[in-house]
Amino acid sequence: MSLIFALFAPLVGSIALLLFDRVALRSIRYTALTVSLAAFGFALAAFLGFDASSPQFQMVVDKPWIPSIDAGFRIGVDGMSILFVLLTAITMAVAVLASFKTIHEREKQWYSMLLLLQFSVTGCFVALDTMLFYTFFELLLIPMYFIIGIWGGERRIYAALKFFIYTMFGSMIMLVALVWLSLYVQQTTGHFTTNLLILREVAPTLGLSVQTWLFAAFTLAFCIKIPLFPVHTWLPDVQEQSPVVGAMIVGAVLFKIGVYGLIRFVLEFFPAASFEYATVMCALGAIAVVYGGLVAIVQTDIKRMAAYALVCSLGVVVMGIFSMTPEGLQGAIIQTFNHGLSVSALFLCIGYVTERRKSTTLADFGGLARVMPVFTVFFAISIFSLVGLPGLNGFVGEYLLLLGTFRSPFLNTWVFGIVGAVSGTLAAAYFLKMLQKIAFGKNDREENQVLSDLTPLEIAQLLPATILMLWIGLYPATFMRVSEESTQALVGKLEVLKFGKTTYAESLEKMKHPTKSEHQNNEEHKESSKK
Amino acid sequence: MRPNLFYGLPVDLFYGLPIVLMTFVCLAAIVVSALLRNNSKVVFVFSCVGLVAVIGAACLLFPNGTAFQGMISVGVYSSFFDILFCSAALLVMIAGRSYLQRMEFEFDEFYLLILLATSGMMLMAHANHLLITFIGIEVMSVSFYVLAAYMRTKTLSVEAGLKYFLLGAFATGFLLYGMALVYGATGGAMEFGAIRSAVGREPSSLLLMAGTGLIIVGLCFKVAAFPFHSWAPDVYQGAPTVVTAFMSTAGKAAALSAFYTLMNALIPDGSPEATKIYMLLAVISAASMLFGNIVAATQTNVKRMLAYSSVAQAGYMMMGLVAGTKAGMTGMMMYLASYMFTQIGALVVASIIETKYGENLEFSDYAGLSKSQPALAGLMALFMFSMVGIPPLAMFFGKYYLFTAAIDAGFTWLAVVAAVATVISAYFYLGLIVTMYFKQQNEGQAVLQTEPGLSGITLVLSASGVIMLGLLPALLVKLTTLGL
Repeated sequence: MSLIFALFAPLVGSIALLLFDRVALRSIRYTALTVSLAAFGFALAAFLGFDASSPQFQMVVDKPWIPSIDAGFRIGVDGMSILFVLLTAITMAVAVLASFKTIHEREKQWYSMLLLLQFSVTGCFVALDTMLFYTFFELLLIPMYFIIGIWGGERRIYAALKFFIYTMFGSMIMLVALVWLSLYVQQTTGHFTTNLLILREVAPTLGLSVQTWLFAAFTLAFCIKIPLFPVHTWLPDVQEQSPVVGAMIVGAVLFKIGVYGLIRFVLEFFPAASFEYATVMCALGAIAVVYGGLVAIVQTDIKRMAAYALVCSLGVVVMGIFSMTPEGLQGAIIQTFNHGLSVSALFLCIGYVTERRKSTTLADFGGLARVMPVFTVFFAISIFSLVGLPGLNGFVGEYLLLLGTFRSPFLNTWVFGIVGAVSGTLAAAYFLKMLQKIAFGKNDREENQVLSDLTPLEIAQLLPATILMLWIGLYPATFMRVSEESTQALVGKLEVLKFGKTTYAESLEKMKHPTKSEHQNNEEHKESSKK
Repeated sequence: MRPNLFYGLPVDLFYGLPIVLMTFVCLAAIVVSALLRNNSKVVFVFSCVGLVAVIGAACLLFPNGTAFQGMISVGVYSSFFDILFCSAALLVMIAGRSYLQRMEFEFDEFYLLILLATSGMMLMAHANHLLITFIGIEVMSVSFYVLAAYMRTKTLSVEAGLKYFLLGAFATGFLLYGMALVYGATGGAMEFGAIRSAVGREPSSLLLMAGTGLIIVGLCFKVAAFPFHSWAPDVYQGAPTVVTAFMSTAGKAAALSAFYTLMNALIPDGSPEATKIYMLLAVISAASMLFGNIVAATQTNVKRMLAYSSVAQAGYMMMGLVAGTKAGMTGMMMYLASYMFTQIGALVVASIIETKYGENLEFSDYAGLSKSQPALAGLMALFMFSMVGIPPLAMFFGKYYLFTAAIDAGFTWLAVVAAVATVISAYFYLGLIVTMYFKQQNEGQAVLQTEPGLSGITLVLSASGVIMLGLLPALLVKLTTLGL
């Protein structure tokens, strides 16, 4: 039940806010905050109630919606999606809190849009029906479009349209592929359905040539969302023009849908095509790493620099996904989770200084450590976490991703591992440059000498993410064990398809026969290995 | 054998009840209007009540069959269209009253012509005979010619009427000639069942192919599909806004309903000719989608934009014809219903914003509307998002069903073209939202003051239609597939 509440609480809040008087700012803000905190509470309850020892979908709800095409209101979470649900809830609560002081125009609509966005993003992560997923996937364009378009910077209209049309293009092509897939299921099983659980059983039986087309359609849609080179070009404009909270949501939550989609849909639906084109995808990831990193280094605008930094770091994640090893996938998931936390902290920090200084040009800053010591601490933590300093969360994900890419039996090359390692160096180059230019060096501008340090409200916004960053860095198992079984089951499935055997038979067994005891599983495992 | 009498009345009257009733309402309205001079309120109320009654009659959903010696067919298909046409007429009439009062142009004839056009449309959907199809098309078209030129003191409106009349008459010529050729080729068959069996016997006759081709040309004109669309932008722009709403939704739906039944009779199953005809229709459909949307993207006038986009919409609807299957028909009907609510809603918003002198129709006049008229802007945004096909709004599901039908029939490429065209359309539909929400009101632009009046009812009904069909498309799907 908590999952349903976590999904629908923001929607209810979003609609309820519309009924408020638009001058009642205090009640609007605190209602929005209450709703997002409540949604976080429900997400946390779902997280705590999740049984990590099973790779199955849990907390499943299955209600008929459109019987004629067998589309249902089907939701549920497994070890991968529950983390994303939690991340969304945390980030959006922080986003609401961060809007208190930064949004001064049409506040009622702002919070309403923010909650609507939370509803659709959460929906993407929990949907177990392609029709439902697509609905959420498209629905989130509406709030995002308004967030950029109404509250954005000078070239906001251009950025909003670019964002919308880019994403729309990907998703329309994906829609055709989705319809095609459902029709294929109709041919093989006799029933048209959009049920994800059935589609993922049937889709891998497709021939390679057809899989390639569908793989291309899905990958395009998700790579635009991630965004992967060469379809990343909407990102810098959007990041630059969005209000800071909007940029934070794009960076921390929106990209994650692309990553999640690649794992949930592309790998599971089209394994044959994924084997075939893993190298291509990894190569694109590698290009994104090098290109994004190099471009980030030379940026003079803080927001644009952060945007290219995102392109760079997500390239590594894509390589991890297509390594198709448990380490790579685990790394991709935990890294996206980490990345969400660190990026939201980073964007909040960027927001504080650019708001105080009314400038986003890197050269306008310098030596803020002296006037804003508390800020510098938080800023440095988020930067170091993104660089991958051991002891902070970034390191854990980075390490796993590299391990996965190196060890992958599908890629069978160490080249991508090297590129992944280079990404760390590049990240150090641009992020440390950002840190140094802003916080250290000489404070030779008068405007910069009078800046005030963080207020308690701002510290409260940064604390949740910072605590989690340290937590994951020191004891990652809390979060990693949640997704372990699910990723192993997925990799097990892929390995069976490619090599005919797997090292993760146990998880795979559990997936098929959830009711059997561990003992039986082990016996079967032994028998099968004897054969 | 079914009985010939039903409660002592000829059974044909029962099966043909929606049409009979509609004709009666039409004629009675003329009498009412003649008896009570210049009392348009009575005519308005009478027409509305009449339409509701016809919807009620159509809701009885008669069993599939024919009536009046095989001249008209009855069943779920035609009843669905009856309900669609009458709902469109009702929505337009309610909005039209306040619009025409604002324009100081309210005459009884508006209601009478709308009723007359509706009865023509119903004949088209019910037709089981070439003559009935033709009579229906003519009744509808002639009413439309007059309606387009309804504001007779305004140049644009008169131009629209004349243009529509001349080009429409030309297209009717094509259609009629095609029908004559089919008549000859099939050895004198005019009833659809007879045509179908004659076509099945000799599918490759040149005469028949020529006839079918000419009929396709004539009907493509009526649905405003590329390359027979050139009248649409001028006529849709010049005609009174509520009339545009009626012509572009119900008129298109009527033409498509006839298109489907005619193609059903004329295209032989599984012959090489059928493949050719389907390919021809697919090309027309693809070209309409691309052309309509690309040109719409360059428009600065809201009515013209919606006119060109309706060319593209005709292309989407024709995907159902291209599929030529029951699924295609369901998709087409779904799409028509959702398009009706969306397009009428959008044009009625435009009609509320329009001033007495036909101004305020440019995109730039909508700048800052979200501040001055938040409710109108919100509704317009809703309709635009529905047009783009964002789930869970009505038109998304129409598209989904059409895509499914087209891909199932082997026209995956057409679905891809439709997907690309949809992305193009996002540009200009969103363009309107950009103007309303992201741009500030121009300097010196008068603050818009307008009272929606009765139009508000239409807007509320259309908006709830858009949302309801989006959240629960199952209701409509059930209706369209009933008894198939």
